[in-house]
Amino acid sequence: MKYVAGVDVGSTQTKAVILDENKLIVGRALLDMETSMVTVAQDAFRAALENAGIAEDDVAWVAGTGYGRYKVTFGREQVTEISCHARGSVMLFPLTRTVIDIGGQDTKAIRVGADGKVEDFTMNDKCAAGTGRFLGAASYALEMPLSELGPLALQSTNPVRITTTCTVFAESEIISHLAKGILPEDVLMGVHQAITSRCVSLARRVGLESEITFTGGVSRNTAMVKLLEEQIGMRINVSQDAHFCGALGAALFSHDRVFGAEAQPAMAVAEEA
Amino acid sequence: MSTETLHPTQTAEDFDPRAEGQRLMKEWYAQLETANARNAAVANVFVMGNAVEILRAFDFELVFPEINSLQTGVRKVSEEYIRLSEDYGMSPDVCSYVKADVGLILKENEHPAGLIPKASLAVASNMCGTFIKWAEIWERWLKTPTFVLDLPGQRAAGWQVRPGDAQHSADARWVEAQFQELITKCERITGKRFDMDKLAEVEERVNKMVDHWNNVMALNRICPAPFNAMLDGLTYIGIMNVHRGTEEGVEYMRQLEEHLKAKVARGEGRVAEERFRLLFSGTPCYVSMRRLVELFETWGGVFAYSDYLTFAAGGMDATELRYDTSRPLESLAEVTAMAAQRGLSNQFFAHERLAQQIKDYEVDGVVFHGIKSCRFVSSGMADTRDYIGKRLDVPTLYIESDLIDPRYWSDAQIKNRVDAFFEALQQRGGAGPAAFKTVATV
Repeated sequence: MKYVAGVDVGSTQTKAVILDENKLIVGRALLDMETSMVTVAQDAFRAALENAGIAEDDVAWVAGTGYGRYKVTFGREQVTEISCHARGSVMLFPLTRTVIDIGGQDTKAIRVGADGKVEDFTMNDKCAAGTGRFLGAASYALEMPLSELGPLALQSTNPVRITTTCTVFAESEIISHLAKGILPEDVLMGVHQAITSRCVSLARRVGLESEITFTGGVSRNTAMVKLLEEQIGMRINVSQDAHFCGALGAALFSHDRVFGAEAQPAMAVAEEA
Repeated sequence: MSTETLHPTQTAEDFDPRAEGQRLMKEWYAQLETANARNAAVANVFVMGNAVEILRAFDFELVFPEINSLQTGVRKVSEEYIRLSEDYGMSPDVCSYVKADVGLILKENEHPAGLIPKASLAVASNMCGTFIKWAEIWERWLKTPTFVLDLPGQRAAGWQVRPGDAQHSADARWVEAQFQELITKCERITGKRFDMDKLAEVEERVNKMVDHWNNVMALNRICPAPFNAMLDGLTYIGIMNVHRGTEEGVEYMRQLEEHLKAKVARGEGRVAEERFRLLFSGTPCYVSMRRLVELFETWGGVFAYSDYLTFAAGGMDATELRYDTSRPLESLAEVTAMAAQRGLSNQFFAHERLAQQIKDYEVDGVVFHGIKSCRFVSSGMADTRDYIGKRLDVPTLYIESDLIDPRYWSDAQIKNRVDAFFEALQQRGGAGPAAFKTVATV
């Protein structure tokens, strides 16, 4: 049996997904970034192969995505994460029309067609406010793992208002609130609210059409999901594989190339900038 | 200045618009370098609403501070000038053109293209709020005599001036009265009497340039487009501004038209395979324009047109605005009032203008470029983009950097957006060889 793969080299983590001929996910891997993007891309791919229990030769096509997509040197194609998140989201939730992806340093809102094709997109510009990095600043200031931030924030009864829009200054604002004796959960809820409002404002620019699918690493944060639903006023889809959505989309583009069911034109622009 | 722009045996094919444009610019800067020593009258002017025709009639040598600033960007030294002004105390939010100019003053007018002369007059207008504050810097710091033109703008929502209507006539009279004042001031500064015939001669040359310009723009409606509006077009517009109303300017535009017609006749496009035709809306990022164009051309995307080539081509919407040289001053006032109206209210009607250009140039998508240090030119883009995307179903891309501040250029982010835009265009099935597009006639 032939397999295909997608490797998503992001700003903080690298994800790899392997699909079989029937577009079933048979292997996945997630690694934290290292100094060498090339190495981490290879390591993630190998870990996904191991997870799938297949050999490298069994994989007919690899597509790279994410900011480090040109570092997937063993890949035969590069596709932006915008196209990949759109494609992956529609596979996970076929009725998806809006994708909200919050990653390490990017927040994107993508309007997609029924076929998973991108109709419009918007992203944060020149500033990491409203991205996962904002949560990273909170995690650092509170000396708490990222995974614990959401559950603790949900315990808040009196959230503070984080006024700065700068990720770097957010850290000092958080410390200042804590120094005043404000409870960590209230500070954290304020951080989550600040991210949500920036993210929703971005998403409104492309138009919030139902169904909305939330992807990227931050989608694993339960407080973010709750706040997004409250601010948007709609239920949002979150898959167990939301974190892998970019890699999944890349794998779907690989699938097109190998199995050709929905033959797509080549996406690659060969050389790196 | 030399009037010999081309060797007599040079053919349209031999003419190199870029090299010739660079030569003319170099000559212009060289001329400026000696202006003060020659006791020549020098005027600082902006590209919009500048009354250049009157100044030329007085033989003023023209300094375009906006062009000086953008040239620091093109020559990759803008950051040095910007930082000097920020060290002096200017906020990072201030227009980067202004900051580069303040840096130039702090460097005692040493520009990478040569020494910029001290101006004996500055003409500003309300076409951009910053122009007036910018001119105030020269007035207070360098004691430059300053003349500010008040050009009437938008009166009511949805209202547009039409040639010959009562409001336009009143506006033209208002502008003409100010021109009379400017003429008096010029007479005092230069010691020369105003010569109406000379003004008519300048206007006649501008008319010729505008005619060639319009023909050149129309050539890019043809597939494949013979030039890239946001790279080659920037050279052309530089000559339109710097040589507006000169013999060299007329000759350049004439040769350019011939050259591009020959290119079209050979079926030669700007890129080997034109796959996407695009429209660029906004002001260029002069510090990285070549790189930006490269990001698009790698995908076979060519900017067939840009509204920048309308609003910055000497401050007029050139398509129908010609001077009536039998009544030079009135006509100059009428054209200036009309151009100012359109310039000042262009963001209210940008969607209509772009919709027409989308049809005229048969583009597959529109790229909006927001300017970090000028929210004025970027403020209407959200509404316009919404209209183009949702009402006309034409794909759009919004990218943001700056006029000349390299600190706002993030290559990875911009490349990502550009690549995603082309992926979406490709998935839409918009990519097609130029042969499948309607081919307009020359």
